[in-house]
This record gives sequence, C-alpha cells and structure tokens, in this order.
Amino acid sequence: MAVGELADTIAGFALFADLTTPQRENVVDVFTEQWFADGEKVLRQGLTGSGLHIVLDGTAAIRIDGVDRATLRAGDYFGEISVLLGEAPTADIVAIGPLRCLVLPSSQVESFLKANPSVMFRILQGEARKVRTTTKWLS
Amino acid sequence: MAELEPKPFPPGRYPLIVVGSGPGGLQLTYCLRRLGIDHAVLSADDAPGGMFRRWPVFQRMLSWTKPYTGFDRRTREYERYDWNSLLAEDDQHRGVMTEVMDGTSYFPSRPEMERGLALFVERTRLQVRYGCRWETTRQEANGDFVLGTSDGEYRAPVVVFAVGVSQPFRPPIGGLAEVPHYGELRAVETYADRRVFIIGKQNSGFEIASGLLPWARQIILASPSPAKLSVNTHSLVGVRARYVQPYEDSVLAGGVIILDASIEGVKRSGGAYEVSTRNARENVSLVLEVDDVIAATGFTTPLRDLPDLGVRTVGQSGLPVQTPFWESASVPGIYFAGTINQGAQGLMKHGIPSNSGAVQGYRYNARVLARHLAEAHFGLKQRGRAMATDEVIPFLLAEARFGPELWHQRSYLARIVSIDADRGVVDEGISSLAVFVDQRDGPDGAAIALESNGRDDLYPIVYVRHNNVVREHPLPPNPLLDFEREEHRAAIAAALGPLVSPSLSRPRR
Repeated sequence: MAVGELADTIAGFALFADLTTPQRENVVDVFTEQWFADGEKVLRQGLTGSGLHIVLDGTAAIRIDGVDRATLRAGDYFGEISVLLGEAPTADIVAIGPLRCLVLPSSQVESFLKANPSVMFRILQGEARKVRTTTKWLS
Repeated sequence: MAELEPKPFPPGRYPLIVVGSGPGGLQLTYCLRRLGIDHAVLSADDAPGGMFRRWPVFQRMLSWTKPYTGFDRRTREYERYDWNSLLAEDDQHRGVMTEVMDGTSYFPSRPEMERGLALFVERTRLQVRYGCRWETTRQEANGDFVLGTSDGEYRAPVVVFAVGVSQPFRPPIGGLAEVPHYGELRAVETYADRRVFIIGKQNSGFEIASGLLPWARQIILASPSPAKLSVNTHSLVGVRARYVQPYEDSVLAGGVIILDASIEGVKRSGGAYEVSTRNARENVSLVLEVDDVIAATGFTTPLRDLPDLGVRTVGQSGLPVQTPFWESASVPGIYFAGTINQGAQGLMKHGIPSNSGAVQGYRYNARVLARHLAEAHFGLKQRGRAMATDEVIPFLLAEARFGPELWHQRSYLARIVSIDADRGVVDEGISSLAVFVDQRDGPDGAAIALESNGRDDLYPIVYVRHNNVVREHPLPPNPLLDFEREEHRAAIAAALGPLVSPSLSRPRR
C-alpha cells in the first residue's frame, strides 16, 4: 500500500493521534509493512529478536503455552515489553485470518520514541493501563 | 536461415509449469530436472538472463564473485564467496561466473552476468520456450490453472511464477507520471552541467547519483526518511558501499544535497522542473528548480491477473503473500521463485530481512522449493542420511562455519537434523527455519542457522525442538568467524543435551 494511504490509516490510531501528516508519513517510512497469513506466528514465545508491532488490519491472538488469552485488533500494538526489557516475548502472537502490521525492529525503537515524545507518552499511558488491570486482577 | 530445432514445450498440459527465465526460473528448472520432475518452462524473453539482460543501468552488479578464497571454485564452500553463479550439483557446472569475468573487478559487469547465466543454461542443457508471453490466467473446476500465452493455452495443476519485481512503480504524486523512471535514464553525457533531482534514497537512486557524479552540476536526492547504509545495518538493507560516494560528496563538499523530505508535486516550468518538498520533522516546505527529475521510486511485481484469481499481495511492491515454502497464501498451487521470494519474510529476527530478493539468497530457496514441490505434488520423499552419534556436533558446527546456505540466508534457511526412533539422528538437509520452529507436531530435532542482530558480528544459533517446545541457543561469536572451537562444541553440546542424550545413548540398529 502506498505511503499516503498508510499514513491515513494510522491517523485513526490513538498511538499516532498527536502527529502531523508529514510526521505520520515518516512513521510509515521508518516502519516496515508486514503481512501474515491465517495461523502464521508474528511473535514467538521464547525467541529473541522481535520488534514493536502495530496492527493495521485483521486480528491476532495472544497465545501463552498454546492457550489464547486475548485478541488484538487494528490500532493495538504488541511486542513493546520484550523490546523495552530486551527479553524474548512471553507469548506467541498468532494471526487469526489475514493480518497486516507495521513493524519497527527493537534496535530502532529507542531512537524512534525519543524523536516522537508524543508516541512515547501514548505508549506510557498504554503500559499504565496494563499495570492497573493487572493490579486490579491481583487484588 | 533454417530453424535449428523446434521450440520445446508446445501448448498442452504439463504436471508443472515455470514462468520466467531469469536466475530464479533457471535455478528452479535446474533443481527440478535433477529431481526428475517433468515440467515446462515458458519465457516472454528471447534469451536467458531476466532483468540482467538490461539492468543495472550503469552495467555493473552489486553482488560479488571473489576469485581467491582458499577454496576451489568447484566446491560448495566457494559459493559463500560467489554471489552470482547459479548452483549446480555436478562440480564441473559450479562457479560458472569465475570463467566469464575479466578480473578487473570482483563485481561482474552486467554483460558478464548475462553471459554467465547463458553459459550455465548451455552447459546444463536447460530448456526454455522463449518468446512465449504469459498473458492470462484462470483456474478450472478440476483445479488446473490455464495460462493463456502468445503461443496458445497451457494447463497445469501447479504453476511457479519467477517473473521478477521489475515493473516501474511511481507513487501517486502530482506530475510524477511524466518523469522518467530509473530504467529510462538517458545517456549520461546528456546530464552534463545540469541540476538533477532524484526521488528516492534506495540503491537505485544512489546508483544513478553515483553514475552522474562526473556529469551533473548538482544532484539532489530526496525521500521522507534518512538514507540507511548497509555497512550500518549489517544487512542488504540500505545503500550498498559501492554507491555511498554521493553521500560522502554531500557531507564533505556539498556537490550533492541529500534531503529528508516528502515530495508533494513536480511541475514543468519552461525548460525546467519545480519540485515541491516538505521536511518531515520541521514541517517546512521548500520548492526547488532543477533541469531533470528521475523517479528512483522502486518496482512492482508483474503479476498480471493473478490478483483477480485471488492471489493476495502486500506493500508498495505488490509482492504476493507467501507461505514459508513460497506458495501463495491465498491460492494453493500457485508458487513463486526468484526475487519475488522476498514476500515470504521468514522470522525477520532483529528486523533483518532474508536475502531472498537477491540471487545469492533465492538460488538456495529454489533448491528447497524443488524438493518441497517433489514431496508435496509428486510424492517423491527424499530420505535423509542417518548419522553416527559422534558426527552430529562436528557436522553442525562445520555447517555454521562453511555452509553457504546459512551464510546467505541468515535466520531463514537452516541445516536440520531430526531424531528418528529407528534410525537415530537423521540429516534432513537445508530447509526453512520458519517451518522448523512453527511446525505443530514435529519430531524432536535441531536446526542450526547464522544470525545477525544488526549490531555485532554474526553468530551461529541452534534451535532445539523437544516434545514440541522450541528453544533457541545462541553460540559464541568469533572474530575470525571460526565456529568450530572448543567453546562452540561445549555450547552446542549443552544445547543438544536434553534432545540427544537419551536417543544417542540408545544403540543404533
């Protein structure tokens, strides 16, 4: 898909809501577009070297030890925890039907986030929500 | 003049059809012949070579063939240093490129590459129906694909398209349709003392900039994000070293200007062009007046009506979405070979793609694909070689050190061994790493691959499958790339421990 169309697609995602159009075009240029067929693994539990993924369209399952735990949809992102901690993912992410993602390799995530503080803040909010959910669940 | 021979492969039904006579199609037909798979090969061209009959525009390859390596040019080990020759099983057909190069460069010229491919075809007696253009495709109720060609109709249950990624692509930018594309570059002397604006900062843009350095008054290269360099990415991603000179000119002398900006429009104005750009970071617009504009904006895949048949494609290049064995993910029975293989992305560890877009990578895919086609569609299962227990570790480490498949297709192709209850450890040959790690109910086994992380030296990595759980074990790097040292033997023994100890201590029958 052409850069302009992709930039329009991600304009609707909360993660990139604060960016200007040229900044969104830059995002599309820096990230790589990847497709996955139904059932294909996007991230693999225990295997290093993954990156930050943003779902463009389609759905994916978070699968831990073979059990599906949650579903990811357009605008959702994953892989950020293993990138930030430098560890292998603790879950498989598996395409449910055709899945299209934007992907940034882990080595480029730090410089990208520092150059785009508004995206960093949005990710921080996302992580805060996850911590809150986990805390509620534990209490 | 009399016709020498009738054209091979007249219209009709074949068990398998390969379309294309570039290196991808040629390597596949060679491998299929070796396995005894009956098939037809069709090509719109008049002679072998594919895109190398015309390009690169400056007539020299980016891939090298290194003459002196310490290995005989007729060996498998030599392939690591020879990125251009097609693969052969017979020693006398290996390393063909070394015979056609004049020795002035370790990058073959385009005509040398074309000659090398033609020589391989001649010596191995490959047959291709040239001048036969594939035009339409449909699928019949019995599953057969019907290819309408300039010579008539062909039918086959399995078709492999090796048609390259060579159709010029222009992004939908106002005025760009009127601008010459990479392949439409004029003779260099016509750019003398002119201001040239090149859209695109990939290798094709930098290749043109390099070629015009002695001619153009000013060269401007522009695209939204900064140029990447292969020496920094430690992969084929980014501008290759041979084309970095314009970059040096820009940082040392200013004769070349490299802009990180999107192109908003191109307009003719008298004898010149006005190019409107907008800088991504500061959101500043800049209009430049130049004498020439060249679109080095990439290529798409000439799939003709395959998308109408249901073949799903991805990205700006329109690459078909493929399984790890290069079959269309949406239309079973349609496969791809050659540079289109880059659409089967593999594990993409550390964000680094495979080398499936280049000859040195996809020539190995062709061998794996031929074997897969033989198994999946012709019932020809190759039986792996059973190995002695004490052979396993030295064998896998030697593969990591010398195996050309592992060197050229990192984190993509792997040497695989499996544990068989009756036969012990079996060498399963070279295959897809993604298939090995993602297989649902596979036998216990191990795969060794080489991995780059984009930062450090490459290192071997062993994937061990035990009770359907796959774990990875990186081995230590070595500054001299010698992976057969004591530390490697110890690390691989520890990695294989849970897998092989019980089965290997069992006596082999």
